[in-house]
Amino acid sequence: MKTNNWLLAAGLLIAAVAPGCKPKGAQTAITGDAASKVYVAPGQHDEFYNIVSGGFNGQMSVVGLPSGRVLKILPVFSVNPENGWGFSEQSKPMLNTANGFVPWDDLHHIAISTTNAEHDARWAFGNANNTPRIARVDLNSFKTVEIIEIPNSAGNHSSPFITQNTEYVVAGTRFSVPVGDNQDVSIDSYKDNFKGYISFIGVNPETGDMDLSFQIEAPPFNFDLARAGKNKSHGWFFFSTYNTEMAHTLLEVNASQKDKDYIMAVNWKKAEEYIKAGQGTKKKVKYAHNKWDEETHSATSTIKEEVLTLDPTVLKDIVYFIPCPKSPHGTDTDPTGEYIIGSGKLAAIIPVFSFTKMLAAIENKDFEGDFNGMPVLKYESVLHGEVQKPGLGPLHTEFDGKGNAYTSMFVSSEIVKWNIETLEVLDRAPTYYSVGHLSIPGGPTGKPHGKYLVAYNKITKDRYLPTGPELAHSAQLYDISGDKMQLLLDFPTIGEPHYAEAFPASLIKDRQVKFYPIEKNHSPVALKGINDARVERKGNEIHVYMTSIRSNFRPDNIEGVNVGDEVYFHVTNLEQDWDVPHGFAIKGANTAELLIMPGETSTLKWVPDRVGVFPFYCTDFCSALHQEMQGYLRVSPKGTNVPLKYSTGVAE
Amino acid sequence: MKSISPSNRILLLLAVLTLVPAYFTPLWQISLWAPQYPEGLNMKIWIDHLSGNVDQINGVNHYIGMRHIGVEMFPEFTYLKYFMGAMIGLGVAFFLIGKKWSLYSFLGLITLFGIAILIDMYRWGYEYGHELDPKAAIKVEGMSYQPPLIGYKQLLNFLAYSGPDIGSWILMGGAGLMILAVFLDRKGK
Repeated sequence: MKTNNWLLAAGLLIAAVAPGCKPKGAQTAITGDAASKVYVAPGQHDEFYNIVSGGFNGQMSVVGLPSGRVLKILPVFSVNPENGWGFSEQSKPMLNTANGFVPWDDLHHIAISTTNAEHDARWAFGNANNTPRIARVDLNSFKTVEIIEIPNSAGNHSSPFITQNTEYVVAGTRFSVPVGDNQDVSIDSYKDNFKGYISFIGVNPETGDMDLSFQIEAPPFNFDLARAGKNKSHGWFFFSTYNTEMAHTLLEVNASQKDKDYIMAVNWKKAEEYIKAGQGTKKKVKYAHNKWDEETHSATSTIKEEVLTLDPTVLKDIVYFIPCPKSPHGTDTDPTGEYIIGSGKLAAIIPVFSFTKMLAAIENKDFEGDFNGMPVLKYESVLHGEVQKPGLGPLHTEFDGKGNAYTSMFVSSEIVKWNIETLEVLDRAPTYYSVGHLSIPGGPTGKPHGKYLVAYNKITKDRYLPTGPELAHSAQLYDISGDKMQLLLDFPTIGEPHYAEAFPASLIKDRQVKFYPIEKNHSPVALKGINDARVERKGNEIHVYMTSIRSNFRPDNIEGVNVGDEVYFHVTNLEQDWDVPHGFAIKGANTAELLIMPGETSTLKWVPDRVGVFPFYCTDFCSALHQEMQGYLRVSPKGTNVPLKYSTGVAE
Repeated sequence: MKSISPSNRILLLLAVLTLVPAYFTPLWQISLWAPQYPEGLNMKIWIDHLSGNVDQINGVNHYIGMRHIGVEMFPEFTYLKYFMGAMIGLGVAFFLIGKKWSLYSFLGLITLFGIAILIDMYRWGYEYGHELDPKAAIKVEGMSYQPPLIGYKQLLNFLAYSGPDIGSWILMGGAGLMILAVFLDRKGK
């Protein structure tokens, strides 16, 4: 009996404790006064701008840190009907490519311009993954001002990464593809006919204007990510590669066979020497180069037809291969430029390579072989050491400037902090869930700003109120100022963020454009005052030169337009004050609206296909009499002779 | 009549010199704040022109039918600079004469000038605030929008401020110097 009692008691105890034996979950991760650390009081500003890639929405998000508040969705590669990007006549050329107008893309990575490996935050660069392009955003106006297409490339993933003085933006191709005159080749001739081009796009140090300087004809690998050397390794660029098996089908198996792939080290200073010596070859290509002009408020697109290429199998000492375990994803260089970290996404360790050792190995010809005449360095000769048991699925590494590295672990869903010198794991923090990129303010530069780390996750599941099958992607903000990482905030994001960069708001917040001076508006269709408002007919084109100012359009009564006419509304916002945009929308237009900033001119094309009187109105609540800011346009049948007439404010 | 002391002569000259900055500093300012204009709108009145957020103020004020502020609104701009020149000329003459009456005359002159400016500003403000377009979009029964002559006043959603700007403050300093000179002169008697 006594024994039975004991057994019963033990059984009850086990039953009571068993649920508690399940390891702690997400709900317990918050400690301390996290809320006060991310609280930005009403009217106060965030400390950092975070420029976040939008992934499959093709845009960038501007987020404040530490609050996680979204400040702006900045259209880049995808049309944006809410402000007319890609719909206005002036912005259409920005999305032109060798394939014609492309209304969408997939923007993965951000690069914020640097000088001496430190953020100057003049420009943000972003890549188009699908139809290879690089965009440059002016961070004074938060506007996409330049887009350059990358020829001989497909899946522009290893892009855009920049050198320490923003001399170059690089674009490595993910897909190797056939190039040149005959591209109608069988897919299984991959090894013979496919090439993996790496592009170096020069950036004008004054204006930021891009120019496709040269391309390196690399082997048909998949180029995944890249980082420039900096400080002591300035002059070199490191590209991670996978599929060195050179498979063209079922890559998840066939590209995962080799024990080691490569980090491709490129000596771009050497490449420049060869170009100076006239060693490059000009090849026929076709790509678009689109530029926005902030004074004419319009874009031009130029198709270019030539590129300078370098063949590293012939031109020695440009390319070296560093063996790196298991299909490396990110390759990152630490703030000193000495260490190169390869994140073998299928590897059980994280290898850390030494730039000094790499130079010595090259000097001593410490090679384990070569690939088409390009030396493959010995793994052990270049290795500084390996981080043991870091976690599963390492993807990306950033730095805090205090000798620590932080690596995102996709499979084990955590951030792992480790010491770069000693390779010792110092801390780990869970992410929710399956972190992809991570971002520390200034993390990829020579001078990290530290303080915070943001994890951009690939899986959201139960983190927020559910919204059906499609969920917002989640991000977590951690305080990294102490020894241990502290989770502060969990916030939803726009699109599917991949990489992001953050920098102190003080770098740019006092130099923002507030409006465009009307006297500097050199648009050929701009109006400088209300007295110039008019309507002109040129054949079947109707040009409406319209002004908008609180709270009227001039003209606002238009007659004499026929079905089938091409109507161009050239709308100038005459306001000269901050935060007074005006919109323009007309009923039935199968395009979008215009959102016109103060002092700007924008054009909407509309071809009426039916008879009627069509209302138009201002879409941005501009003033107390915003609801009065409207007008009518009469459309008469084709061939009728209703005289062209326009007016504003002719009293009844 | 008696000559003034050398120190008072210097004070007189300094007072004359305080008229000179009026050519390159603003004389008057009007500022407006509203919930949606936390940074404020500011207009400065110079000897012969306006500067600042004049267009924005016009944009805001047209709803209540106020006149468009422009250079043509101020005939003073055409003659004020000559008037000021004449005062400086007279001041220099008074300094050269250096008699007691010239000291008192100059104090009287700039005092009258100051009063005239205030009267003129009041007249302008009255007209600007009362002569409203009958077709204005917003009409508030019994409401007029005369800006304060000096100081603050709430006008609908705007808090308006009106007051002297740098040039006038310097002028007032000149008047102060003259009062000091007169005081010294009387004490020395």
